[in-house]
Amino acid sequence: MKRLQEQARGRDIGDNLIIRTAVRLLVPFIQLFGLYVIVHGHYSPGGGFQGGVILGASFILLALAYDLRTSLRFMSERTNAILGNAGVLIFTGIAVLCALLGGLFLDYSALDRLISLGPIEWRSLGIFLVEVGVGTAVMSIMVSLFWDLGSGGEMDEGL
Amino acid sequence: MIWELDLFILALVVVCAVVAINIRDLLGAVVIFGVYSFLMCLLWAEMGAVDVAFTEATVGAGVSSVLFIAAIFRTTRRSKD
Repeated sequence: MKRLQEQARGRDIGDNLIIRTAVRLLVPFIQLFGLYVIVHGHYSPGGGFQGGVILGASFILLALAYDLRTSLRFMSERTNAILGNAGVLIFTGIAVLCALLGGLFLDYSALDRLISLGPIEWRSLGIFLVEVGVGTAVMSIMVSLFWDLGSGGEMDEGL
Repeated sequence: MIWELDLFILALVVVCAVVAINIRDLLGAVVIFGVYSFLMCLLWAEMGAVDVAFTEATVGAGVSSVLFIAAIFRTTRRSKD
C-alpha cells in the first residue's frame, strides 16, 4: 500500500502504453453508449441518471489512464460547471414552465399550449427533455467528484 | 427466475460482504466490494429488475470503486497492524 502511494507520487504507476491505447479507442464508444442510454431511457432500461454516470465514467477513465491535465483539456472545469448548472436548469425550467402554462409541476401535457403536438406526444417528449437535463447534471457532478477527490482539490495533478 | 441460481448468487454476495468487512487491506476491501457490486448486479438482472441492475453496475461497481480508490490514495496509515 505504502509502495503504491509512493509510486503514485512519483507518477510512474499506470504509465502503460497498452492501457492508454485501449482507453483512447474505448472512450468514444463509451460516450456513444452513454448518449444511447439517455436517449432511449423511456423505451428501454436506462435513463438520464445511468447515461450520465456512463458519460462521466468515460472522462474519469481518461483521467485515470492519462492524467488530470489531459482530461481537463477535453473538458475544462468551467465547461463542467456550466454543464452541471445547465442540467439542473433544464430540469427545473421545464417543470416550472409546465406549472406556468397552467398544469401541475412536471405535468408535461401542459406544454401542449406552447406548441400544439397533442398531450400524449408532449408527455413522451417532456420526459426526454428532463432526462437530458438529468444526464448532463449527473455527468458533471461525477466528473468533478473524481477531479476533486483525485487531486486533493488542487486540480493540477491527479492519481 | 431460477431460484437455485438466485440462492447461489446470494450466497456469493453474503461471502463477499463478510470478506469485505473483515479484510485488513483497504485496497483489497475495495476490490472485494467491486465484486460484491457485480454479483448484486447479476442478482438484480436475474430477478428481472434490469433498471436497478444497470444502476448497480454503473454506480456501484464502476464509479464508486474508482472514488474509493481515489480516497484511499489520499490517506496515510498511522497504526502498525
